[in-house]
Amino acid sequence: MTTPLLSLQGLTKAYPGVVANDQVSFDIGEGEVHALLGENGAGKSTLVKMIYGLVKPDSGTMLLRGQPFAPPEPRAARADGIAMVFQHFSLFDALNVAENIALGMENPPPMGDLASRIREVSETYGLPLDPFRTVGDLSAGERQRVEIIRCLLQDPKLLIMDEPTSVLTPQEVEILFETLNKLRSEGTSILYISHKLEEIRTLCDHATILRLGKNVGECIPSETSARDMAEMMVGTILQTPERSGREFGDVALDVSGLSVPSPSDFGTTLKNVHMKVRKGEVLGIGGVAGNGQDELLGVLSGEIQTAADAIRFNGQAIGKLGPTARRKLGVLTAPEERLGHAAAPDMSLTENALLTGSVREGLESNGFLKWAETQSFAKKIIESFDVRTPGPENAARSLSGGNLQKFVIGREVLQNPDVLVVNQPTWGVDAAAAASIRQAILDLAAKGTAVVCISQDLDELMEISDSFAALNEGRLSAPRETTGLTVDEIGLMMGGAHGMEVAHV
Amino acid sequence: MIVLEKRPQPSKAWSYATPLVAVLATMVCGGILFAVLGKNPVQAIGTIFWEPLFGEFAFYYRPQLLVKGAPLVLIAIGLSLGFRAGIWNIGAEGQYIMGAIFGAAAGLAFYPLDAWYVFPIMVIAGAIGGCLWAMIPAFLKVRFGTNEILVSLMLVYVAEQMLASVSLGLLKNPEGFGFPGSRNLQSYESAHNAELIAGSGMHWGVVTALIAVIFAYVLLNRHMLGFHIRLTGEAPRAAKFAGVNPARLILFCLGMSGALAGLAGMFEVSGPSGVVSIDFNVGYGFTAIIVAFLGRLHPVGILLAGGLMALTYIGGEIAQSQLGLPAAAIQVFQGMLLFFLLAFDLLTNYRIRAARREVA
Repeated sequence: MTTPLLSLQGLTKAYPGVVANDQVSFDIGEGEVHALLGENGAGKSTLVKMIYGLVKPDSGTMLLRGQPFAPPEPRAARADGIAMVFQHFSLFDALNVAENIALGMENPPPMGDLASRIREVSETYGLPLDPFRTVGDLSAGERQRVEIIRCLLQDPKLLIMDEPTSVLTPQEVEILFETLNKLRSEGTSILYISHKLEEIRTLCDHATILRLGKNVGECIPSETSARDMAEMMVGTILQTPERSGREFGDVALDVSGLSVPSPSDFGTTLKNVHMKVRKGEVLGIGGVAGNGQDELLGVLSGEIQTAADAIRFNGQAIGKLGPTARRKLGVLTAPEERLGHAAAPDMSLTENALLTGSVREGLESNGFLKWAETQSFAKKIIESFDVRTPGPENAARSLSGGNLQKFVIGREVLQNPDVLVVNQPTWGVDAAAAASIRQAILDLAAKGTAVVCISQDLDELMEISDSFAALNEGRLSAPRETTGLTVDEIGLMMGGAHGMEVAHV
Repeated sequence: MIVLEKRPQPSKAWSYATPLVAVLATMVCGGILFAVLGKNPVQAIGTIFWEPLFGEFAFYYRPQLLVKGAPLVLIAIGLSLGFRAGIWNIGAEGQYIMGAIFGAAAGLAFYPLDAWYVFPIMVIAGAIGGCLWAMIPAFLKVRFGTNEILVSLMLVYVAEQMLASVSLGLLKNPEGFGFPGSRNLQSYESAHNAELIAGSGMHWGVVTALIAVIFAYVLLNRHMLGFHIRLTGEAPRAAKFAGVNPARLILFCLGMSGALAGLAGMFEVSGPSGVVSIDFNVGYGFTAIIVAFLGRLHPVGILLAGGLMALTYIGGEIAQSQLGLPAAAIQVFQGMLLFFLLAFDLLTNYRIRAARREVA
């Protein structure tokens, strides 16, 4: 057997209170697409940060082509042929593609040369991109191309990709995979981080599975079922949410002709949005991030007010009502951003329970707060939704993402809403918690609540929603029944591949 | 190498210990400063902190503590409400002046009528004066999105000009032989904010400051409005999501802090000062900002901080006259106090850790 490109031996990294990586060892061969699989918090990010020189291991060694490798900083890792595409892009909206790429280079060539090299690389690898377009105007998929091309210009030996497909439409994923396959055929190794199992099965040659910082197994993805991999990842047997067949009632939420300019400069304007959600129905809204999801949630929660008629709840025009008035009627929402939007990071869970629960749970009288009742409401959320925390007096920021998400969703679900709008209910949440959140949403629908679930996780939407619509540049496609929808149809509803020769709907 | 590490949970112990540690650090560094100036540091610090409370002339200084502390606490309580919500009223000095002008003008308008209702009317007028002055930055911010820090600060200088103008014109004492300044309200029985117990320093301003402390405590801890104030300061987006109307909150916080500053000005002009004059204001409105932060924006903390600040003022004056310390040294000493407080405050949310130097 030949020497592997990169060999990790017993890497350990501990942070106060948590061992992020515990004796992790595995090899990445030349020209291999190696998947690193694990739930949030399993230690994937820490591991790749060590490879990329952002974090120092406490112990353990790395060998690059048999030579000891310990990059003190990312610059050194890059010099040794390691490149990384981060999950969150680091691009300047106001600059164009070539300028953004030049900013990341040690010695940028003249702009003209750089532009032609960008064109060359983008054509070779099937990543169409105009070097002179402003990044602010690009779709998420195109921005990712900028990051990938930035890496490819360094001619890397190992390309690390952190959750690359979370922001892409199915068509864009296909383009990305073609590019990655081409890179592999040229001998570049790829370390591919994801928790999307089907992708890993189609793309990767080898997979290492991390759980709680430990390497718990390796497999050949194409020969292992998605379910087996998921169970290795979670360590328990997964339960699929159950959906009971149910009848839908009258229309509870009726949005018609809703157009709202975005409050921020690089936000998305909602254009002529129509949707009807019946009692007991779950409407799933898909779409790539940044196509109006935040704005839609803001309009439905009452943070952004609009023409009264544009939003009706049981026939009553509520477009002009603020969040408190809507809560009183029974329209509840849970925003995507947990810290800072759905919850105040430095406040206790009790205070965060009060944040949206004051009206419906009767936690105030004449403006005076009932702390005892508020605390028992917080305790009720913690118990019913299995939020892991020592108690309701702890600050929201001390909770892990998944636990806080359970708290935020639980807070709304327990108030028995008539309409519930959630944005990314399981984003960054481990599989077991995600399943319980989805189950709670379905149970609520079974009791007759009209649910709108905005999400970028198509699998999630297919699992829980009765009908599906997609947001694309602020427009909402006509909702369709979920049963029978194909991935291609969904992709087209989401706007196809941005910048490709697919007709815009 | 030393690194700061964010605590998952703000440390309760440190949030109480910070003011004490800051005072101790100020004593140490202030002592060094005084030593460099050639004074005995122990004696200097002792003079500042001990003399006003337990010294030979404490019977004279103790009432002074209340007289100095009350306006600081009253103004700082008002400011803390806004600061908690991220609304920065820096112009309390101006609101304090306007409160004094309005209050004094209301009283002088009745001169020489002897009636019980003169003083209450002055109190109300003082509050309205301060409130109106603070409503200018509030309205401009709500309507045009101007920065309240700049507008409220600039209005201090406008208020100072108004003060000069009325002391020389409108409110000038007609029997004052041409000297600038109004009639002395101390000698107008119905308008005099006299000591409630003679020789105690306790006047209506002190009582009002204590009421304000209780009011602010109840508001912040037991009332929805106080919760919304805190929420807006900590997470503005979450506050909007919770249904807070930011415009209304700005109007309330600025109006309230202006009214309290105005009250402080009115109690001062009708009591300890007595006269509307060009040099009426001595910077209580600015010092109150320090008091508000020294008290960690907490009502009870502000009460204690106001006392401490008054102590360093009076102690500082004693040190100046007895030990010949320069006035600037006392100001540096007070500045140190705020500096150390803010610096040690970091430890509430962060811990210091010695990191091993990472070698390549």
